[in-house]
Amino acid sequence: MSALSNTGGGILKGMRLTFKHLFRPWITVQYPEEKLTMSKRIRGTQVIWVKETCIACLACARACPVKAINMEVSRGEDRKLKVDHMSIDFGLCVFCGLCVESCPTKTSIYMGYGYETTTYRCTNVEKAEGQSRSECRCRELILTGDELAPSATRVLSGYDRPDAAEKLAEQTLLINKKGYFER
Amino acid sequence: MSDFWVHLLVYLVILFGFVIVSVLLFIWLERRFIGRFQLRPGPNRAGPFGLLQPIADAIKVLIKEDIIPTESDKGVFWLAPLVAFVPVMLMFAAIPFADGAMLVDLNIGILYILAVSSVTVIGIFMAGWSSNSKYSLLGAMRTIAQEVSYEIPLVLSILGVVMLTGSLSMNEIVKAQSVPFVLLQPLGFFVYLSAAMAEINRTPFDLLEAESEIIAGFHTEYSGMKFGLFYLMEYAEVLAISAIATTLFLGGWQGPLLHPVIWFITKVLIIFMFIIWVRATIPRLRIDQVMAFGWKFLLPLSLANLVITAFEILAAPDMNTAVLIGINIAVMFGLILLFSRFYKLGGGRVSVK
Amino acid sequence: MAIKTESFILNIGPQHPSTHGVFRLRLILDGEVITDLEPVFGYLHRGIEKLAEGRTYLQDIPFTDRLDYLGSMTNNHAYVMAVEKLAGITVPERAEYIRVILDELQRIASHLAGLGFFLNDLGALQTPLLYMFREREKIVELFDMCSGQRLNYNYYRFGGFVQDLPEEFLPALKKLLDTLPGFIDEYEQLISTNEIVLIRTKGVGVLKRELAINSSAAGPVLRASGVNWDIRRNDPYSIYDRFEFDIPTAQNGDTYDRYMVRIREMRQSVRILRQAVKDLPEGEIMGKAPKLLKPPAGEVYSRIEGPKGELGFYLVSDGTDKPYRWRVRPPCLLNLSALKDMVVGWKVADLMAIFGSIDIVMGEVDR
Repeated sequence: MSALSNTGGGILKGMRLTFKHLFRPWITVQYPEEKLTMSKRIRGTQVIWVKETCIACLACARACPVKAINMEVSRGEDRKLKVDHMSIDFGLCVFCGLCVESCPTKTSIYMGYGYETTTYRCTNVEKAEGQSRSECRCRELILTGDELAPSATRVLSGYDRPDAAEKLAEQTLLINKKGYFER
Repeated sequence: MSDFWVHLLVYLVILFGFVIVSVLLFIWLERRFIGRFQLRPGPNRAGPFGLLQPIADAIKVLIKEDIIPTESDKGVFWLAPLVAFVPVMLMFAAIPFADGAMLVDLNIGILYILAVSSVTVIGIFMAGWSSNSKYSLLGAMRTIAQEVSYEIPLVLSILGVVMLTGSLSMNEIVKAQSVPFVLLQPLGFFVYLSAAMAEINRTPFDLLEAESEIIAGFHTEYSGMKFGLFYLMEYAEVLAISAIATTLFLGGWQGPLLHPVIWFITKVLIIFMFIIWVRATIPRLRIDQVMAFGWKFLLPLSLANLVITAFEILAAPDMNTAVLIGINIAVMFGLILLFSRFYKLGGGRVSVK
Repeated sequence: MAIKTESFILNIGPQHPSTHGVFRLRLILDGEVITDLEPVFGYLHRGIEKLAEGRTYLQDIPFTDRLDYLGSMTNNHAYVMAVEKLAGITVPERAEYIRVILDELQRIASHLAGLGFFLNDLGALQTPLLYMFREREKIVELFDMCSGQRLNYNYYRFGGFVQDLPEEFLPALKKLLDTLPGFIDEYEQLISTNEIVLIRTKGVGVLKRELAINSSAAGPVLRASGVNWDIRRNDPYSIYDRFEFDIPTAQNGDTYDRYMVRIREMRQSVRILRQAVKDLPEGEIMGKAPKLLKPPAGEVYSRIEGPKGELGFYLVSDGTDKPYRWRVRPPCLLNLSALKDMVVGWKVADLMAIFGSIDIVMGEVDR
């Protein structure tokens, strides 16, 4: 099989292309100094529950495929349902957004806009007698009640909620990056 | 007598410093450069522009745990990095940085360099064999085959230069280059660069440590400073190859305005950047294809180069230089085209019963 | 004089830079030549098929994302189509066009990732990989714009979609379609005529036509062996019969042909995308589907042409809101059936090239 029928011409063509890439701007985003703006419908690593408009119908708890939402409701004196206990286990949650879609009021549960929910140490730890730190359960993953409310760091995302999407900034797209399409 | 010792000490210190600093600089340069080819910055966090990154790597390698496999051959395992690294440092003794500025001006300079550089093969094989691991053994087997067989085109390509100069001394070779030998011996330069890249396991011949196949080849089982020595050896070899190529083919330290040492370093950097450019672009070859390339393509080319050089020296010693350059370049292209048409690659599927 | 040699067993273990996931191969080598091969997989088995039986049909859609995680949109499409067939839900026109657009974009993205990793295995020091991932990034950002995530989209629903496409989607898509063929030309300039790629891949790992058909191979692996079979043409689903496109095939069935078929498929996908974007109608995005879906008892098998091959779902329903049997036809696993015949006789370095050209994702092989 005569292999070098191009006599190295293909390799030289490839090298010319690589050389051209020396003059293109790089596409790396130097996190954490530079950050990109996320999509308006991002399903970030937070779920936000608004207690005021919730009607305690348990639709979100039933819609969750991994049973991460734990709600206890009871009937109050005025024959209306109220929420006794609401907790979401973020160790189980897969951030699929089915709970957000299933809410009948469309204003009680939202996905979060933030995606930077990492910490260095787990401070809220549930340890039994004689267990080491690596064997116990991190309670920081389970947020209950008021910890799920919106705040400055917990911004509402526009997933299936067009009114919240309007308040968010435009997404940065690689296709809009300057100085990039000159080949 | 004391002159001799002073000269020796000064040059030992200079050479050591030069090699270590250059290797660190080369590591940094390579990573930044390959990053730019791949549309990313390369390391830029450790120090300004990432200049302290190689030092961070060196510290990391020094403080890691030194793991020795229980089934390995401990003496050979311990000796292998030394046997691989020391000859590379010895090579620099005969390379001129400026006129006469070398550790010792041997009159058999290039022969000494080639002889010493062949000892590194033993070191690599010792590493692969003593690790007692199948991946390392595969790497070691490939090493012996590849490195021993590419010695021959390497030596033959240098012989053309030696014939033109009439002497084996490195300093003489530089002084005889009124015209850089790359123009008079283009075929020799091409063969030398290919054979040298195969000797030092650079892409496309880096299958000895092909990360996607045999994890890390002969230094899979090494960690800590022993691995650091292999890593240093790799870059020191690149430096040595570039230095030899500039001395033999590009005119060494000669140049119009600047200090000779600056010219020398510039030329070394140019060749090094070309080697990085090739590494960033093309994939790697398989072992039997590497062997076929060495024996069936480079060896006939280098022999043809010898014959043509000898013919030119004997038959037309007074020809105009420009005409000679033109003829040589035309002959190089013609020969490469001809050989590539007739180059048949073996290998392929082996029938298994 | 015959030299007495001994064959030795090499274990390309689950943790390896080139096995595209956790896949184990036990090789019996004679020198560097492979004489026998035994694949061991199951390291990523999560029991998706069993888990899906305990959840409603809607809750199973996130599970389909995680099968072939580099090609989520087509997985969703196959499953949603199966349930729509079972329950008799019709999909409006605009939703069908958007499904075609998203499927073809997903095909391009999956081929880019697959080819990038294939070239990585050949030894090109991540340079083509990074170039291809730059284009994939543009496509993934478009997906992020409409569904909210970059890898597990969970965007398709029975009868349509969760939400309509945002208004920035179409201008960005048109910009992408203008530049993408140029970048595919660049890839060809870098790779297709490169002598080293040609030497490493031409004639290596040939899968003959008869063996390809008999071992249930599908997708680009089958088309590279000379069989002109594409479900979008031979068994059309959705509205693919309204678009004109070619089916690229190749004759030899070696590694180079599998690479070329994927490059040409990317160009054909751009062609389909241009037609779909031009004809996209206005309208509603969601058909009539009950909130709590209880399809009538029965069984259905529906298949689509995914980027890796024929992805099929076989569902058996017993009238309740949870499926009785939920089975996936994984194209990656069935493409591996002929691995031993393709690899035996070649060397260890070729094993990586052949394995990379079949383009598997372990999430689908093990489920």
